[in-house]
Amino acid sequence: MALYSEKVMDHFTNPRNVGKIEDADGVGEVGNAKCGDIMKIYLKIENDIIVDVKFNTFGCGRAIASSSMATELINGKPLSQALELTNKAVAEALDGLPAHKMHCSVLAEEAIRAAIKDYYDKNGIAYDKADFPDPHDEEDEHIPEED
Amino acid sequence: MKTIYVDNAATTAMSDSAIKAMTPYLKEVYGNPSSLHTVGQVAKEALDSAREKIAKCLNCEPREIYFTSGGSEADNQAIRSAAINGARKDKKHIISTAFEHHAVLHVLKKLEKEGFEVTYLDVHSNGLITAAEVEAAIRPDTALVTIMYANNEVGTIQPIREIGEVCKKHGVTFHTDAVQAAGHIPVDVKADNIDMLSLSAHKFHGPKGVGALYCKRGLPLNTFVEGGAQERGKRAGTENIAGIAAMAQALEDAYRNMAANAKKEKVLRDKLIDGLLKIPHSKLNGDATCRLPNNVNMCFEGIEGEGLLLHLDARGICASSGSACTSGSLDPSHVLLALGLPHEVAHGSLRLSLSEYNTEEDVEAILKAVPEVVAYLRNMSPMWEDLETGKKQHLI
Repeated sequence: MALYSEKVMDHFTNPRNVGKIEDADGVGEVGNAKCGDIMKIYLKIENDIIVDVKFNTFGCGRAIASSSMATELINGKPLSQALELTNKAVAEALDGLPAHKMHCSVLAEEAIRAAIKDYYDKNGIAYDKADFPDPHDEEDEHIPEED
Repeated sequence: MKTIYVDNAATTAMSDSAIKAMTPYLKEVYGNPSSLHTVGQVAKEALDSAREKIAKCLNCEPREIYFTSGGSEADNQAIRSAAINGARKDKKHIISTAFEHHAVLHVLKKLEKEGFEVTYLDVHSNGLITAAEVEAAIRPDTALVTIMYANNEVGTIQPIREIGEVCKKHGVTFHTDAVQAAGHIPVDVKADNIDMLSLSAHKFHGPKGVGALYCKRGLPLNTFVEGGAQERGKRAGTENIAGIAAMAQALEDAYRNMAANAKKEKVLRDKLIDGLLKIPHSKLNGDATCRLPNNVNMCFEGIEGEGLLLHLDARGICASSGSACTSGSLDPSHVLLALGLPHEVAHGSLRLSLSEYNTEEDVEAILKAVPEVVAYLRNMSPMWEDLETGKKQHLI
């Protein structure tokens, strides 16, 4: 099996929706520099529909590919659908990620949720807090080195 | 697209002369050196001759050279052996550094579980330790000092001769992993006061899967593989004659051309370092002068190394990084962390390791590609944005 799937390489080499939206309606940033990946998602929302999405990512090849794929999956979609996007769906759309890299797709899912929450907060839109748990603590996620 | 291979610390291309040296033993001279007949004895002669050549390079006796499957095996055998022999005299303390190769560190971790105590000396931010620090750590129960000759990631060369002297003075066995040094800088086991040394053929244009352990005469060496009288009973198994012959040829070539190769590589190395340091918020890792002639290791703030490697690969440039993704865990390289680099900086590292086959054109292509890729990745990095807008402080 190739180290990177063709889809991963495609989205890494030609990432979709890279950039920022200056007057974004919602911005979500997750991850931390210490762990080596930060993902930031910008959303433009009209009538509960994502009309534009951009991302900035500091991270490895699969983190950049996950961001790119996730933005493609939610662009033009209603918020309700974007909230249903799981990290597994992102990973599957990339033809799979190795176990120690599922983390990249988790960040993509969390960044989108964080951006939608930001939009709700800014606009005083009520939501069920249970739907937006705090992103998990990455410090706990370190995996032991392989022998 | 031309391939620019600058990952020679990972492995090297075999030289034509090493390939030529091994070919007869893959074809007509197929004998087993343990056989009595002529075909076997011709192979035995090749084995003896290779041992002599390697011994001559390292300045030791042929009987002090034991062939192994590579550097990792040599490290395992040397450390295990010194530990077993130390334990017999109730000496269960070992001194090493925090930035050794895993072939050393993992053995030490296992020994700790088996009741040994290991002192891991802190490495200074320039990637060096001193002989005085080694001496200060020596105790009456110290069985072994194992410190690498040159570091595989940052290329720093330790004061091996002085460390060897200190060990000699205190009667402590001294092993050095010289996998990155052998064939690149003048390693001399006598002058350097080395008791045990590991080397690997594929780091100096020899084949993979073959290496050697030097073990000073009189020092007990434990059998690593049971089952035969090969290697004076210390490592059973029919010898890899072709690989051994090629390793001997490659090491001989490396010693013969060492000064010229080092001179050429240093010019290219320093040109790369000077050029890459022009990238804002970049840093050279490891001492600028006490380093291997072929090693460049840089950090670029605000980016992650794997992305850099993939973009360079797309341009034909084969390099390496100490980022988490390339280390197979979520932590960046233990070597860069041992030098005191913060995690977020260590993630953005790039190692370029040259050989005498590299050219000025290679350097120019790298100096064009790296700044472009770094700028591209920084442009999409939220971490870089925070650094540039003053939300976070630059660390380098």
